[in-house]
Amino acid sequence: MNWLIALPELALSLCGLAIMMAGVFAPKKHAFQLSSMLSLGALLGVGGLVLVSPTGLGFGGLFIADAFSRFAQLLILAGAGLAIILSLDFNEREEGLARFEFPILILFASSGMMIMVGATNLMTLYLGLELQSLALYVVAAFARDSLKSSEAGLKYFVLGSLASGILLYGMTLTYGFSGSTDFIHIARALVTSTPSVGLVIGMVFVLVGIVFKIAAVPFHMWSPDVYEGAPTSVTALFGSAPKVAAMAMLIRVMAWPFGHLFVQWQLLIEIIAIASLILGALAPLVQTNIKRLMAYSSIGHVGYALMGLAAGNGNGISAMLVYLATYIFMTLGAFGIIIAMRRQGRSVEKITDLAGLGRHHPGLAIAMTIFMLSMAGVPPLSGFFGKLYVFLAAIQSGLWLLAVIGVITSVIGAYYYLRIVKLMYFDAPEAAFDHPAPSLSFVVALTGAVTLLFILVAGPVTTAAQAAAMALLG
Amino acid sequence: MNQAGFPLLSLLTFLPLAGVVVLFFLRGDEESVARAARWTALWTSLIVFVLSLVLWFDFDKSFAGFQFQEVMSWLPQYGVSYRMGVDGISVLFVLISTALTPIAILSAWKQGGARAREYMIAFLVLETTMIGIFSALDFMLFFVFFEAVLIPMFVIIGVWGGERRRYAAIKFFLFMFAGSMLMLLGLIALWVHDGTTSIPDMLRMPLPPHMQFWLFLAFFAAFAVKIPIWPVHTWLIDAHNEAPIAGSVLLAGVLANMGGYGFLRFSVALLPQASQYFAPFMFTLAVVAIIYTSIAALVQRDLLKFCAYSSVGHMAIAVVGIFTFSVQGIEGSLFRMLSHGFITAALFICVGVLMDRTRSQSMDGFGGLARNMPFYALLFMIFAMGTVGLPGTAGFIGEILVIVAALKVNFWLSLLTGTTLILSAIYTLVMYRKVIFGGLERPELKVLADIGPREIVMLVPLVILTIWMGIYPSSFSTFFDATANAMAQAHTVALAGTPAHLASAAGTLAPSSVPAGGAN
Repeated sequence: MNWLIALPELALSLCGLAIMMAGVFAPKKHAFQLSSMLSLGALLGVGGLVLVSPTGLGFGGLFIADAFSRFAQLLILAGAGLAIILSLDFNEREEGLARFEFPILILFASSGMMIMVGATNLMTLYLGLELQSLALYVVAAFARDSLKSSEAGLKYFVLGSLASGILLYGMTLTYGFSGSTDFIHIARALVTSTPSVGLVIGMVFVLVGIVFKIAAVPFHMWSPDVYEGAPTSVTALFGSAPKVAAMAMLIRVMAWPFGHLFVQWQLLIEIIAIASLILGALAPLVQTNIKRLMAYSSIGHVGYALMGLAAGNGNGISAMLVYLATYIFMTLGAFGIIIAMRRQGRSVEKITDLAGLGRHHPGLAIAMTIFMLSMAGVPPLSGFFGKLYVFLAAIQSGLWLLAVIGVITSVIGAYYYLRIVKLMYFDAPEAAFDHPAPSLSFVVALTGAVTLLFILVAGPVTTAAQAAAMALLG
Repeated sequence: MNQAGFPLLSLLTFLPLAGVVVLFFLRGDEESVARAARWTALWTSLIVFVLSLVLWFDFDKSFAGFQFQEVMSWLPQYGVSYRMGVDGISVLFVLISTALTPIAILSAWKQGGARAREYMIAFLVLETTMIGIFSALDFMLFFVFFEAVLIPMFVIIGVWGGERRRYAAIKFFLFMFAGSMLMLLGLIALWVHDGTTSIPDMLRMPLPPHMQFWLFLAFFAAFAVKIPIWPVHTWLIDAHNEAPIAGSVLLAGVLANMGGYGFLRFSVALLPQASQYFAPFMFTLAVVAIIYTSIAALVQRDLLKFCAYSSVGHMAIAVVGIFTFSVQGIEGSLFRMLSHGFITAALFICVGVLMDRTRSQSMDGFGGLARNMPFYALLFMIFAMGTVGLPGTAGFIGEILVIVAALKVNFWLSLLTGTTLILSAIYTLVMYRKVIFGGLERPELKVLADIGPREIVMLVPLVILTIWMGIYPSSFSTFFDATANAMAQAHTVALAGTPAHLASAAGTLAPSSVPAGGAN
């Protein structure tokens, strides 16, 4: 048994425990900053470990480290790390958020996510998912004196448990009809004969359970409320790393154990994608709260990414990975700016509060413009390449309807992204925001640079994504 | 053919971005930053222009293919590369872009106010994308530039425009974006079919007619909006009405040409059968545009809207020329587009001269300006004659070539296209009379000064071009003779016989669906 393949996950969990000890014994005043810094260091170190640790299937077929899991894990670590940096200043300024448990919970959630993308057995997958979810339920309700935050945490918990229950039910059906929880054996059971109805139903339940986690229509209802209610630094995390993890898990489960049920699940994914695209294009038009807008916009992005899965080929999967890679950076950047929306020490969340940002904070306004145009899919920004690849994959598979709907929704989407740009530059300015903290400016500048200059590294990133897809499909 | 020893086109394309970097680092008080920003932008664009003259002198006019080619790996997995180059069609568009940018920057000299630096950045970014569009030899690269052009233009209209600038900017962006996204679908279909997006390679691969049909519609969506053709021209009227003059100069001078260039490069060259099939459709739209816009221009009281409508009418003539597929037609439309580029740009500058002085853009507010602004009246007249298409001006050559080419297609087409000669004369002269002649009665007009040195520097080169191109057109036409001939010939060959292997391949628009990715 080669336990080295799980070294990054083990290291991250141990780091989490060690930092917790450090947090307990550190003076209360500095505990939050100390544990945040240590957590960032841990994430960075684990990122290095992911790159160097050996690949292969291990733990008796329970867990795998391959190019696919590496790609997703690096994105998860980057998302978690940037979310922690975003929380550094925000949590200090908001009441009761600067507690040392916060980054540690994110670390545990991250190790859960890393296990999710490396799982090759339904049980491992479930354990990873629950480790992630439990940590995230807590951070959603982290502002425990705030009614909204508590409501968000509770809502997330109840609906998340429901999704977990559905997922678990699907797993039991799958186990019952295939005789195994190992991905290899499930796939093998499907090769030999026509799939039994029980397995198909099991697959559908598993699919529904995971779709809940990625918040695609029609299982998205929790996401706008949770996005709005949770503290903004937590929302930034929700929008990035867990999305990547759940998407990667969805890809692996659908492509590997259920790969031979492609005909059965392709239509489902198509319907989910189309519904998400349409809701993601129309719902933001009537939003007034910027966090809700981001929630609906992320539903739309999930729809685009799912187009790649619906295509069901290697290009589609690598397109999804590129899409996710571009998506987490622009989302975190946009949340960086939302966190910077603060007047006289109080957070403001209305979209119209952005009016005149171009006058008071030209740097932030340029960055926000980059993120919004990138989300709309305007070249040469990174978001364009994600869209381009998923459209390419869809057309290669002959999914014209999906591609045409994707095009129409991206034009509608462009309108509300432009509306934000219009507000920042063209409308009469409101009072200036408080001066953003250096940590915030750092994240915004970094993600802005990634989004703007992605065009220069598009080749290597695509190569890595294709290698990841090849590793998955064999 | 010509292979430059160094990447000239990339240098031209990205040099303005170097200027942008310099602008970012300007420091000092508002006034000095603004002044430094203007000079930096002007010098950058002038250096780019001087460098681009290498194209004028070194371009091998006898060679029909692509010259100054550069290739670099970009997305090798997908057959997409960074490929630049120009041929007879595009080389003059690159030059007009580099020539009009300094003029546009000069016309924006007094605008921008506290945000002059950002204003200049927008123009330099715009220049990069404009040059990039005309020198990209890879469809994907072309698309990236084609879309990227929206960002600086959106900002120019939206931030520095007139009263209803927000509406105009968003309308501009959404029209363009919708067209481009539809083109993207066509581009991807083409890409899946050919396995590459290199334009020289794609030109060698004939497409099944059934596929051409859909691709033509997809490309039409993007280029018809850009050029713009009736009935999708409405964004242009709003954009011109609200954009600052410098924005209008580039909008009319270069952005409109992108549509015509796209039709030539992609629709006609890649989709010969579909272009032939849709030619009557295009003619109909163009003729309606010519007559409709002429009448609309005639009743305009607003000078900017007047220029906008006449611009749409002129580009419609270029469309007629392109879809005759003959050498005269293609050359005529190229002449039409180039001359439209600087004549309409000059008209906008002329209107801008008045707007600078009076803050008014209504014809009714003027009259008798010939008395106190004689030099202005003279220059304005030359450009008005160019718009009319008076022999001896640049406007004439393009119109007459297109009308002759149209005659070979269909008498009525030629006749209806020819109405432009009369209609444009009517509307232009009516406008000119109202503004320049008549009694100088209003007291506020009596104090207007004649044009100053900055305005002379902007307008005189355009006057020279207008007359040069009208009197000695062959110094321009030699650039595109070879390419236009080759294009017309290729079109005839493509139509002569649709080879059997294409006919059988027809109907396979989409490749069959790829089965499950599963199985480990």
